Amino acid sequence: MQYVTNTKKDREQMLAALGLNSIEGLFSDIPRPIKEKFQGLELSEKSELEVVSALKRLEAQNANWENMTSFLGGGIYDHYIPSIVSHLISRSEFYTAYTPYQPEISQGTLTAMFEFQTMICELTGMEIANASLYDGATALAEAVIMAERIVGMGRMAVARSLVPDFRRVLDTYCGAAGIDVVEVPYTGRGQLDLRAIPADISALAIQSPNAFGVIEDPTQLDLGDGLLIVVANPISLGILAPPGELGADVVVGEGQPLGLPASFGGPLLGFFATHRRWLRKVPGRISGRTVDRDGKEGYVMAFQTREQHIRRERATSNICTNSALCALAATIYIASLGAEGLGELARLNLEKAHYLADRICSLPGYKLAFQAPFFNEFTIHVPVDPHRIRDSLKQAGFLVTDPGELEALGMQEALRFAVTEKRTREQLDSLVEKLGGIK
Amino acid sequence: MSTIFDRHVTVSDGCLLPKQDVPEQGLKKLIPSSLQRSSPPRIPQLSEPELARHYTRLSKLNYGIDDGLYPLGSCTMKYNPKVNEDLARLPGFALAHPKAEEGLVQGSLHLLYEVSHILSRMAGLDAVTLQPAAGAHGELTGMFLLRRYFEKRGEPQRKRILLPDSAHGTNPASANTAGFSVVQLPSNEKGMVDLAALKGELDSNLAGIMLTVPNTLGIFEEEILSVTELVHEAGGLCYFDGANLNAFLGRARPGDMGADVFHFNFHKTLSTPHGGGGPGAGPVAVSGKLSDLLPVPRIKKEGEKYRLDWDFPDSIGSMHPFYGNFGVLLKAYVYVLLLGDAGLRAVSENAVLNANYLQTRLKETFTLPYDRLCKHEFVLSGAEIGPGIKTLDIAKRLIDYGFHPPTIYFPLIVQEALMIEPTECEGRDTLDRFVEAMERIAAEAGETPEQLHTAPQRAPVHRLDETRAARQPVLTYPFDAER
Repeated sequence: MQYVTNTKKDREQMLAALGLNSIEGLFSDIPRPIKEKFQGLELSEKSELEVVSALKRLEAQNANWENMTSFLGGGIYDHYIPSIVSHLISRSEFYTAYTPYQPEISQGTLTAMFEFQTMICELTGMEIANASLYDGATALAEAVIMAERIVGMGRMAVARSLVPDFRRVLDTYCGAAGIDVVEVPYTGRGQLDLRAIPADISALAIQSPNAFGVIEDPTQLDLGDGLLIVVANPISLGILAPPGELGADVVVGEGQPLGLPASFGGPLLGFFATHRRWLRKVPGRISGRTVDRDGKEGYVMAFQTREQHIRRERATSNICTNSALCALAATIYIASLGAEGLGELARLNLEKAHYLADRICSLPGYKLAFQAPFFNEFTIHVPVDPHRIRDSLKQAGFLVTDPGELEALGMQEALRFAVTEKRTREQLDSLVEKLGGIK
Repeated sequence: MSTIFDRHVTVSDGCLLPKQDVPEQGLKKLIPSSLQRSSPPRIPQLSEPELARHYTRLSKLNYGIDDGLYPLGSCTMKYNPKVNEDLARLPGFALAHPKAEEGLVQGSLHLLYEVSHILSRMAGLDAVTLQPAAGAHGELTGMFLLRRYFEKRGEPQRKRILLPDSAHGTNPASANTAGFSVVQLPSNEKGMVDLAALKGELDSNLAGIMLTVPNTLGIFEEEILSVTELVHEAGGLCYFDGANLNAFLGRARPGDMGADVFHFNFHKTLSTPHGGGGPGAGPVAVSGKLSDLLPVPRIKKEGEKYRLDWDFPDSIGSMHPFYGNFGVLLKAYVYVLLLGDAGLRAVSENAVLNANYLQTRLKETFTLPYDRLCKHEFVLSGAEIGPGIKTLDIAKRLIDYGFHPPTIYFPLIVQEALMIEPTECEGRDTLDRFVEAMERIAAEAGETPEQLHTAPQRAPVHRLDETRAARQPVLTYPFDAER
């Protein structure tokens, strides 16, 4: 086996040093009935070349994405990833390292975590951020659990306009944690219905832009003791006001748009930012600056007393491994753009989406579902069966989200389009042309 | 360590982004001013060469598997095959959007289906969910499954989870998050579950037991079949933490030991990189009585087509927004295909051989509190090796000898614990060099203890002040502070 270094001779000598005469002697402590029941996988050893070919055959069963134009979104977006991101995260000192429990030989990871935390705070307008969680959906669930610990009402409210993928995970966590979930409807503008927010909640979770692409305005909210949790799209924060400046208590979200491939939905990157006063309630790893005994600056994992390996059943979360390499990718991605680039990127998305929306709305029977501001994604009322439209578009190489997702949120005869900087005017125009031809 | 924020290189015109090719309407018209950002985020503008150098420099401050031995007990830091990385980046897989129509992602679904099938056979259990994004997430999934199982059976009072005192910290934290109360079971003098203590805890409020097999002392529970039988007889379920699967890969299956739920740790057993703290994958396998409760969607094969199946009304819900960490699952699939049954057996053979070889050689110098055949790892005590010397000192001194330290101060039942796991990838030469370093450190502990107290000397930084990091927290770049 090519990943084993011992030779047959090494093994014989090592066994002899142990006073054993067979490898089986190493497993004499496993009860015989267990060993007798063992069945293998019926797989023979293969060469690297054979496995590469097998994987390429599987890959060929997927669509050829080069020939497709994606308008898919809902949390996972088709942004351009600069080459430098994958080159730098492919340095094995980064990707083969463990969690930085030994800070003296982990300054690379710890410094990058510190940079990531800073960038997330800059984008979200919050004071502190952790070094990542698995994905945006579990980040939201962790935020709700933290809010419940702080406020303790036993129930939380959630905007109906939250993307369903997040909602399913949130409901699963809340169900098991014994937190009731109350849904808050949206108005005719596709925004949160402020009059329908229940009292006595630990938190209200909203998403902005939401599942319809609509930007929420949380400035008029008054939740009493309840916390406002905002799920944000990080790319939009290049031009949109940081949620922290609009009254958010916790800002979470999916970091995939920050330089990660869609990868069929994983690995992803959850980010989590909040007020400094809740530092000791935050889940997950946090890198903190300190000094060594000569006064030289360095970083360590801070506040480990919150974490499971110290606090055990009283930890703030059970999370251990998170999404460190994805956070590194996001850090490099953000750094590769810089503040100006982030603004420019967000404007490209915004303008292209509005161009497409306007063009589509010039077709008879097509109109925006909501008269409210949107960023790079919008929902359109369509004059023909949206499922049929989706099929026709697919034949022409255009991908849009299953209208069933919007139907589940109470939006019939509608389709959602996400537009990133990768879409050219030519692609947008040809989508409109195709749409116009569907009767 | 200087950060990206300490760099003040400004480049005016980047060429990363395409030029706008649609008529612009302007921010003012499209976004109400109250919802617009009023000042840009403080993120520096660097040229690509500056960026490449900054992160390359940072990478050199790290220690990865390609740098040398990484004997972190219970973390199974094995080599990460390079081909895994290339295949996960194949564009057909990497660019697949999770909301693309099933017909367009048959290759991805097929791969996930195959992975489920392989894991089910490896675990000796009936069904698998690939959703959990890491081992601890798998534990949480398992605890949610137990909770749902007892609710469905009309036994919601079953809220007690038994945990050996050698358990990993995620176990009690996961059980607690799912609303269970944790009862700690003492280990017996052999480092195994104390059957008498176990019998004393079996009642109608018992939900189950969480076991790590072999346990965190590296010892296989000889009475494992009695343990699981007793728990089952009391109406409880057996959760197996798969952190230590490397010890019996290709030789034994948790399902045959009495497990009802078992989670895999892909970055431990199946060679996927740890990434400095993720992403991982922690798929969960369950016995038939729990299979209808698994998270949705599940992947189903109908004729020659693969599809997502949402139709499980008793399911706990979803643990992941999509289907799990596909990119990580793919790497493990590649690894299993490369190894086959013979290769998997070679893994446990060499992992256990290496561990026993190290244990035998090191117990001549260090205290071995549980002296018996070990599996893939063993635990020494660093106590009494020299005046005022702590395990932390030994660990830090190992850095000076060019090795990553072992896991320290865990499990909690061994004083000044040093938990050592060499994995199958290391060769005898490396193990001998490690033994030599440990022996020299033991000698230094008596002769020149100051060398240990002040270690590491050869790392990019000396020992860092963790207390200061907690008392005077600096968790983001201090833009406004005098530096």
